[in-house]
Amino acid sequence: MEVRINNIRKEFDRFAALNDVSLNIASGELIALLGPSGSGKTTLLRLIAGLDFPTDGKIFFGDEDASHHSVQDRHVGFVFQHYALFRHMTVAQNIGFGLKVRPSASRPPKTEIKKRVSDLLDMVQLSGLENRYPNQLSGGQRQRVALARAMAIEPRILLLDEPFGALDAKVRKELRRWLREFHDRTGHTTVFVTHDQEEALELADRVVVMSQGKIEQVGSADDVYDRPQSPFVFSFIGESSHLPVEVKDGTVLFQGEPIGLSEGANTAGDLFFRPEDVVLTDESQALSGKVTACRRLAGTRIAEIDIANNGHAPFHVEVEVPLHAPVELGAEARFRPTRWKIFNK
Amino acid sequence: MSDNRRTFRNPADESLVTKILLVGLTLVFLAFFLFLPLVSVFVEAFREGWVTYEEALVEPDAWAAIQLTLTVAAIAVPLNVIFGVAAAWAIAKFEFKGKAFLITLIDLPFSISPVISGLVYVLLFGSASVLGPWLKTYGIEILFAVPGIVLATVFVTFPFVARELIPLMQDQGTGDEEAALSLGASGWQTFWYVTLPNVKWGLLYGVLLCNARAMGEFGAVSVVSGRIRGLTNTMPLHVEILYNEYNMVAAFAVASLLALLALVTLALKTLLELRFGAGAAGGRH
Amino acid sequence: MTASATASKAGWRVKQPSIIPGFGLTLGFSLAYLSLIILIPIAGLLWRTAELGWSGFFAILTDERTIRALYVSFGTAFAAALINVIFGTILAWVLTRYRFPGRRLIDAMVDLPFALPTAVAGIAFASLYAPNGWVGSLFMPFRIAFTPYGIVIALIFIGLPFVVRTVQPIMEEIDREVEEAAATLGANRFQTIFQVLLPGLTPAVLTGFALAFARGVGEYGSVIFIAGNIPYVSEIAPLLIVIRLEEFNYAGATAIATIMLLISFAMLLVINLIQAWSRRRYGNV
Repeated sequence: MEVRINNIRKEFDRFAALNDVSLNIASGELIALLGPSGSGKTTLLRLIAGLDFPTDGKIFFGDEDASHHSVQDRHVGFVFQHYALFRHMTVAQNIGFGLKVRPSASRPPKTEIKKRVSDLLDMVQLSGLENRYPNQLSGGQRQRVALARAMAIEPRILLLDEPFGALDAKVRKELRRWLREFHDRTGHTTVFVTHDQEEALELADRVVVMSQGKIEQVGSADDVYDRPQSPFVFSFIGESSHLPVEVKDGTVLFQGEPIGLSEGANTAGDLFFRPEDVVLTDESQALSGKVTACRRLAGTRIAEIDIANNGHAPFHVEVEVPLHAPVELGAEARFRPTRWKIFNK
Repeated sequence: MSDNRRTFRNPADESLVTKILLVGLTLVFLAFFLFLPLVSVFVEAFREGWVTYEEALVEPDAWAAIQLTLTVAAIAVPLNVIFGVAAAWAIAKFEFKGKAFLITLIDLPFSISPVISGLVYVLLFGSASVLGPWLKTYGIEILFAVPGIVLATVFVTFPFVARELIPLMQDQGTGDEEAALSLGASGWQTFWYVTLPNVKWGLLYGVLLCNARAMGEFGAVSVVSGRIRGLTNTMPLHVEILYNEYNMVAAFAVASLLALLALVTLALKTLLELRFGAGAAGGRH
Repeated sequence: MTASATASKAGWRVKQPSIIPGFGLTLGFSLAYLSLIILIPIAGLLWRTAELGWSGFFAILTDERTIRALYVSFGTAFAAALINVIFGTILAWVLTRYRFPGRRLIDAMVDLPFALPTAVAGIAFASLYAPNGWVGSLFMPFRIAFTPYGIVIALIFIGLPFVVRTVQPIMEEIDREVEEAAATLGANRFQTIFQVLLPGLTPAVLTGFALAFARGVGEYGSVIFIAGNIPYVSEIAPLLIVIRLEEFNYAGATAIATIMLLISFAMLLVINLIQAWSRRRYGNV
């Protein structure tokens, strides 16, 4: 099911949690809503589900305007952050609930419900646990029961709110891979919310980066990491440093001096670069600063460099250096970004 | 587009009509079962004006009942405070076998009819018992005298203080006490300077409820007192006597004092809960 | 028991070792006080009953007046607890979910039956629900006071806070997500309340019912004024104990008291079983 979100605005007590958000989700896509807390990602998910209603804007499921449909009529599968399993019901009763509460005209017979439940348990690899109660399950098992319960109603789209947030690191990795396989097998349009960029980049077809109630960028993992379109995305995803620069006559100037980089139009803004996109150099046209710390990071070494700022607090940047490079604490280091982006002030 | 707002209702919410109906229903229910009875006490008490009301309270038998009620509470409440603190110390600060059973025993008086609470002392000290006549030869009267009333009151108010302190002190654990002891404080110093300040609001809460019940107890006291006017008549018993004599204004005048006590208790209790949260109000009663 | 008795056997200890002092003193005092005030008097009651022998005991219990009194006590307490379960649950819901003027006041007033002396409640209800009272006159010619209905009215008042205060904290803990989950699965509000929320509240509601019922069976002060106390019709078991005592029929009083006591213990057991069952299945109460 294709989902279109058109110019959505959501206010809570006149505070805009979402501001003019539009997004098209293709059928069968696996989308991650990524952002820090308060960015509006969970609000957007709840609006799609119909758990909250927008102050302005429309949501389409296919060609159907779903904006005014109640949550019950939207047929979305929603997996809650803390799973929200019904604790007085067994696993089987939890999964069968969505079928049991249908109006009698469309409710499947009991034997059919039982069969569907057992199929779903197979699918989430929990056969044999149908008579357990939620508090007798591990976190990962609860998560899968919640997913099976959401799938039981044959949802048009599947929505997951921080699906791995409450799990420990190891289970989280396993379930992540498992969810990807599950998605590829079932082909459901799936949207999940996360604040963990590793999770979003690894799992999603496309990542929607959000900040302060707005979408900053939508794109594949490569797009958002290699071609960030805003200072926020550049600094939120991966590691990065930035320095204030000017561009004059095609040359990038830092503190009035050329640093060996060229750019088209004249402008003033922030120069962003990642630690790994830097080379050490002996040339005079380069950035230079004092190495204040050096730390080993897996196969590489990261140098922290302070660049003097006319008596103000120095600029602090991080640069990846080869393991064999001669970097000493307190020594001068000269370097130049190889890939960078300047965002206008 | 702003019509979005109109159609929306949170799925975890009832409609406004349902809410109004439910609130209305509970208000009617409470009017009949809480508010009207309370209001009627004061209306009946002042039916014949302030002067009659005052006369009913300063009348010697009423005055004696007030004094006896205060005396009984002044003995019973401190006794149960000492017990409550001791029991809570033993139960909350130590791990021992049979703890759960001990807590059940402490709760026992809550589930016993007040009449039975009085009856057990009648059987123990009555004329048909072994103990009663024996004590009488030494001039000690328990039944139909103040000691019996105190005993029955202690029985029915037995769990109140312990019930508040035990969960509170269990939540606080033993870390503070161990720290104080490691700093060289004695056991008593630890109790006075560390434990007691930590539980003082919970203790006050328990004392409040214990006192309300002690002053208001009727069934148990009625069985052991003998209702001797001016001697073994507490306020609740005096209310009964006046009521049965159809002296309604006087009955309700004395009752209004007890109702006032209940209101003050509730107000203080609410105040404690607001200021110190559920921590001050651990127990159910 | 003293602290020195702790390490009687290696590997099996009455008490876990602790550096905190005062275990022997506080537990010793608590047990002594508990025994003197509660256990010995109750044991005395049971001893007296044992002296009656089975035939004597059964003769009293099978007396028509005893049976009727127990029937009235249990029947009215059951009816009142049932009504309290319905209205108490609604009241708890209104107090936890809705915000309206006066909510705080109502929340505080729910505890009035705990704080108001039973005799005061008794005369207030009796005059209010009497045929010429404010409320009683509304329902004429149907008589409330001085019939078993009057007893139910008084017991609703007495039992209400037990249900509300047991259910309310569990309601406050309900996660909104659970209700939203039900809605996303297609359940309407009615289905969510009756299939998801209420079953989750069952242990608390049952506990509240049992507490209100147990209290209602033993209640005396608030009932005797409104009951009319007509033998075989509106005479409650605790009143019959008092009547037997006034007739110096100790055997009669003792036997009725014992059977009520045993039923109280059974109720206590039931409450504990409900809580244990709920803890085992749902992880908490």
